[in-house]
Amino acid sequence: MTISNEVILKVENYNVEFWVDGVWYPAAVDMNYEVKAGQVLAIVGESGSGKSSSSMGLMGLLASNARTSGSVKVKGQEMLGANSSLLRKYRGKEVAYIFQEPMTALNPVYTVGFQIVETIRTHFPVGPAEARKRAIELLAMVEIPNPEKSIDKYPHQLSGGQRQRAMIAQALACDPALLVADEPTTALDVTVQAEIIDLMRNLKDKLNSAVLLITHDMGVVADLADDILVMKDGMTVEKGSADQIFNRPQHPYTQQLLAAVPKLGFAATRELAAPAKPEPVLKLENLVIEYPKRGRIPAFTAVKDFNLEIFPGEIVGLVGESGSGKTTVGRASIGLIPVKSGSIQVNGQEIAGAKLSDLKSIRRATGIVFQDPASSLNPRLPIGESIGEPIFLAGEAKGAELHKRVEDLLASVELPRSYRNRYPHELSGGQRQRVGIARALALTPDLLIADEPTSALDVSVQARFLDLLLELQDQLKFACLFISHDLAVVDILSHRIAVMQNGELVEQGMRDQILKNPQHPYTQRLISAVPVPDPALQKAKREASRA
Amino acid sequence: MAKKNKAAEVAATEGENAIALHETAGLSQGQIIRKRFFRHKPAVASMIALIFITIFVFSASGIHLGTEAHPITIQGWWKYSLTDIPDTNFCETSVGCPNADHPFGQDPIGRDYFALVMRGAEQSIMVMLIVGLIGGLLGTVIGAVSGYFRGWVDAVLMRFTDFIITIPSIIIGAVLGFKFGNLGVVALAIYLGLFSWTGLSRLVRGEFLSLREREFVDAARVAGASNFRIIFKHILPNAMGVIIVSVTLMLAGAILLETALSYIGFGVQAPDVSLGSLISEYQDSFTVSPWLFYWPGLLIISIALCVNFIGDGLRDAFDPRQRRRITRKDLLAATFKKPSSEA
Repeated sequence: MTISNEVILKVENYNVEFWVDGVWYPAAVDMNYEVKAGQVLAIVGESGSGKSSSSMGLMGLLASNARTSGSVKVKGQEMLGANSSLLRKYRGKEVAYIFQEPMTALNPVYTVGFQIVETIRTHFPVGPAEARKRAIELLAMVEIPNPEKSIDKYPHQLSGGQRQRAMIAQALACDPALLVADEPTTALDVTVQAEIIDLMRNLKDKLNSAVLLITHDMGVVADLADDILVMKDGMTVEKGSADQIFNRPQHPYTQQLLAAVPKLGFAATRELAAPAKPEPVLKLENLVIEYPKRGRIPAFTAVKDFNLEIFPGEIVGLVGESGSGKTTVGRASIGLIPVKSGSIQVNGQEIAGAKLSDLKSIRRATGIVFQDPASSLNPRLPIGESIGEPIFLAGEAKGAELHKRVEDLLASVELPRSYRNRYPHELSGGQRQRVGIARALALTPDLLIADEPTSALDVSVQARFLDLLLELQDQLKFACLFISHDLAVVDILSHRIAVMQNGELVEQGMRDQILKNPQHPYTQRLISAVPVPDPALQKAKREASRA
Repeated sequence: MAKKNKAAEVAATEGENAIALHETAGLSQGQIIRKRFFRHKPAVASMIALIFITIFVFSASGIHLGTEAHPITIQGWWKYSLTDIPDTNFCETSVGCPNADHPFGQDPIGRDYFALVMRGAEQSIMVMLIVGLIGGLLGTVIGAVSGYFRGWVDAVLMRFTDFIITIPSIIIGAVLGFKFGNLGVVALAIYLGLFSWTGLSRLVRGEFLSLREREFVDAARVAGASNFRIIFKHILPNAMGVIIVSVTLMLAGAILLETALSYIGFGVQAPDVSLGSLISEYQDSFTVSPWLFYWPGLLIISIALCVNFIGDGLRDAFDPRQRRRITRKDLLAATFKKPSSEA
């Protein structure tokens, strides 16, 4: 398949360090690797492992408080210590980058066409008309519908997947020898992610570029990578072919990392004890939620005619892609969003149109864990006070008794009680999310709403978090609405699964029934799009879905 | 296996924190802020200095409030008052140089300059306190309410703010001064306070508009917090940086505005003085009798510096992300530590 086996990128004894508060902190230590044309090398690691910094440092794109040492050769040309005009010549032309968030990586005030043309004309002596023709070709190559029209669109007029395609088109504008893709699919939905991965694989084969793929998602790695390099805290932990790493991992960290990745369809079955009282804790009936019209933006119906019941002690996974209205359902269930029509009942009490005083008693029976632990904890409030607030406001305890309850809650989520006076920024992401759980469980609610609580966490942290959540649920027997876009996570937790698309419930049923025998085409598409963290299985799956 | 790991990890963190445990009794937000403020040495020193200056100034010149018809007066400890004209003391180059009897010297008509400066500082401190209080309070509350509730509340309050901005406060002040004569410094300060909150309220509104969308506000609402509690307990501390910087600037501006208004006849009238009026009156005598310029200038600078440092300390105390200042010892330690290449 590969035409030439030329070594495109050769990295030797490569170090990246950051000067922080008077000390050099190493971000990447003694890295050695090479990428050949037509090959994909995946650098895998959790956040803070130095995978992004090391790849940005290749072309001197780091902040001024960073320093690099060692040797980085692109097509034999040394890049470290090269002068800026040489670096500029290589950036974009030989080495192109694809970033994680296309909305921020594309300039919102220029059309995508302008940005692609700019890249072309920086490196080739071509006129505007010719460059534009080339840009249209590129957009057609990345399979953007109607490229002649799309070229004049602004980034905000494209969907997330199309934006990512436009970014790829821009990166490919000069036929780069090396493509550095930094978490290229993390911000995308699974079905879109599957399309982008397909596109990248096809393009790589077509253009015979070398690809340096940086990601934390083992599924994506299994789908694309030829070789894998595992990083932890700046150190290269293990290096090898995809088959080696996935099937015969040597280093304990690699094994641990692979074990932490949730695999769809492999979770242990969860038996649901028969509920003591058959009345649902949460009952949504014909729920319609509309975001009112604002200025010239027309009203938007986020949730249409939605029905769902959750019984005591049951975890229901609510799955859907971004914009499907799943978060809206969760927020409406604790009265944070007004309801247009239909009914929401918690323990038989109606939320829709409830007065503030009624809402108070309903909210004592519910708790919510938010998606982003960085934003859901007040940065100016010590976490002890954040956790204690529901208890204090409910008038259940204060003073020494409140302190005692807060300590017990911290202990129950496995945080040392001395953390009480810490501020959120002094905790790691996983710890913050555990604080979020402690707060949600402060009043021992009957219903817990978890709104994508793990989407901001690394896999190993996520695994611990899910363990903890299951343990707590076993103890406290609360009902839980678990909102997630990640089917594998939902698979681990839930008894039942509900699938949402465009504000509508398309399918619901027992977990195994949904995952193993989905009826609705959307559910089938969703499940088949999830990459399996196993190269052989993923390949078989890919070929099966093509056929 | 996973469970065992977890237990070990928890044990490790517990052990690590065992030393810190004794000082981690549960503290409220207020207690922590107080603690952090008192750790900020320049702020504490400034607060002590400002309190000292205030007590010194007020006790020296006594307290003179009320109108001419109904004065409220408490005598100060300094032997001369504003209106006393003792014998002028002559020296080589000029008249009224400082001596033992007149530590700050005398002004050209022979009034004791220490009495004038004390009286001026008293007036200026009063203006600053009242303007800061009224302007800060109005600006914060109006901005917070309109940013938090949005909708028609916001529209009404912000149009009202626009209206206040369009009123030329100097001209209204001149008319009031002409109509009612000298109303004294307190009336002037209240008047200034009523006009100086607009900028602050717009800044606070902007902060609230973005902060109210953060998830911790929803979290507080779910916990059962009232709007009042969300505004003042949850959002306001996050907006404190903006408020403090803006109020500090407002105070400095108040001193200048007071001088301007006094000049056009509303506020501090001769023979009464303020620091601003002393400086503007004697800025030309700098070469001949520099003490007339130095003393009020020194006081303005020290008061302004104190206010700034206190503001700094408050802002840092409210912002938990502000780390402890790096000391010279830390720097030295960092320099001699080799850049670590092994993790």
